[in-house]
Amino acid sequence: MSSLGVEAMKQNRMVNILFVAPCIFAFVMIIIIPFFFGLYFSMTDWNGINNAANFVGFNNFRNLLSTPDFLYSFLITIAYTILSIVFVNIVSFTLALIVTSKLRRRNFYRAGFFVPYLIGGIVLGYIWQFLLNNILVGIGNSLAITALQTSFLSLPNSVIWTMAVVNTWQYAGYIMLIYVASIQSIPASLMEAASVDGASYVSRVFHILIPMMANAFTISLFLTLTTSFKQFDMNLTLTNGGPATRFLDVPVKASQLLAMNIFSTATANRMAEAQAKAVVLFIALLVVSLLQVSINKKKEVEM
Amino acid sequence: MAILDLATIILFVVFMIPFGMVVLNSAKTSKEIIFNAIALPSDWSQLAVNVSLIFNNPTVDYLGAFFDSILITAFSLLVIILFSSMCAWILVRNKTRWSMVLFMAFVAAMVIPFQVLMYPLVRWMRVSGDFMHIRLLGTIPGIVFAYLGFGSPLSIFVFHGFIKNIPYELEESATIDGCSRSRTFFAIVFPLLQPIIVTVLILNGIWIWNDYLLPLLLLGSNGVVQTIPIAVTAFAGAYLKQWDLILTSTLIAMLPVIVLYLFAQKYIIKGMVEGSIK
Repeated sequence: MSSLGVEAMKQNRMVNILFVAPCIFAFVMIIIIPFFFGLYFSMTDWNGINNAANFVGFNNFRNLLSTPDFLYSFLITIAYTILSIVFVNIVSFTLALIVTSKLRRRNFYRAGFFVPYLIGGIVLGYIWQFLLNNILVGIGNSLAITALQTSFLSLPNSVIWTMAVVNTWQYAGYIMLIYVASIQSIPASLMEAASVDGASYVSRVFHILIPMMANAFTISLFLTLTTSFKQFDMNLTLTNGGPATRFLDVPVKASQLLAMNIFSTATANRMAEAQAKAVVLFIALLVVSLLQVSINKKKEVEM
Repeated sequence: MAILDLATIILFVVFMIPFGMVVLNSAKTSKEIIFNAIALPSDWSQLAVNVSLIFNNPTVDYLGAFFDSILITAFSLLVIILFSSMCAWILVRNKTRWSMVLFMAFVAAMVIPFQVLMYPLVRWMRVSGDFMHIRLLGTIPGIVFAYLGFGSPLSIFVFHGFIKNIPYELEESATIDGCSRSRTFFAIVFPLLQPIIVTVLILNGIWIWNDYLLPLLLLGSNGVVQTIPIAVTAFAGAYLKQWDLILTSTLIAMLPVIVLYLFAQKYIIKGMVEGSIK
């Protein structure tokens, strides 16, 4: 490196710093500083109206344990996440099998199933509110089908299921693409050889395809888990938390998921409490997703 | 095969029904929708009437929100592509402990949910903006800066994986020929990044265009600068259950993305797959 003089080395270091500076500055300002402030504010009595924030230790977290609406939101978020993971992955895996078969127009279908993902959660929430409250109820009324005459969004028992179905409509096409890429990377000769040996289609899928797609399952489960757990936009415009129900003898909103519970707490000027809830969301998400990835990785090795 | 064909067609139609219903009912009056939401519209020209009602609305400046959304998305993508690729290149080529630490910090930050950051961020942007005498809240530069912060970790990660596989010899010979370090990046490395730039554009583009909470918090629900998702919620809030207007506004909101998808479908699908597998 004798051709590089001391001057040139200095200049290189200058370029290094200049090149990384914009991203690091934005990263520190937008993520790092707010993150540590966020941890701190969760242990204060910040109300959001003024800047005062007195340290109160873990009081906010202790109080959460006796806050029914938060506990309820936590539980239904888990239920919603499980339902979403199951629905989205079954539907998207089936779609992936369909669009990688010898079907005519399979590329057209593949492109079409992805379209719902392009529509944001806000917009699709309104669309489905209309479909469920007007179209479906309208059909129920004109055909005199009692089961359809009340909207699925107005019953506490069905609203979470319905949200998981809408979520499936949005994400199935996207997750399908991940499965398709995985299926296409498996040599076709493998499936053909098993077919020649007399293995049925179902047993080929379960004994050859699925074990070889372990990596795709890890990614898909992680994506569906994290996005469902943080669901907000669709929740806001589809149900806005409704209908009303009761939990631990207290009125709560039947479909208010965690992210929305945090939002409505902050809107009610209980900033520190909202911040504590957000920290709980963060820790829960971290634990569950680490657990999921490590279990899946272990399975990948076994297969 | 015939059964699979038929089943797929049925499944596909079911998937597309929501879009069909939006189009049908965007061409009806409120009365018509209440009377029969499934029927074909009696007069398709009502669609033009509804669209003009939305663009000329006195309470919600939909057209303004539309242009603001385009500006915010375009500028955010520009700075994310430029600065993330520059940063990722240094992190790959400058093999020091610092590069490792920085890269790990970017990757680790991706697990932090937005909910933890959002309220402290608003407060911090107000305080630091006042301190620097810049308005960060309610302005396009402010929100573009925020998108750079939220978008760069994933983008750096994707660029990092791609740059690692570019042979170093190319840059080495350029340096020997007397090419400066920054010129080496812009003249030699950056053009090679083209396929992965498309991926980064798509991943960030779909997210920023549809994003709701960050613009809501930084711009406010009735600030000067608006975005499409905020305008759609403003519409739905102002015209409760007036589905003719709400559905038309959702139709206008999703049309640009769908039209873009029709043209760039191949790239978008490829970009989404690469972005998630990496």
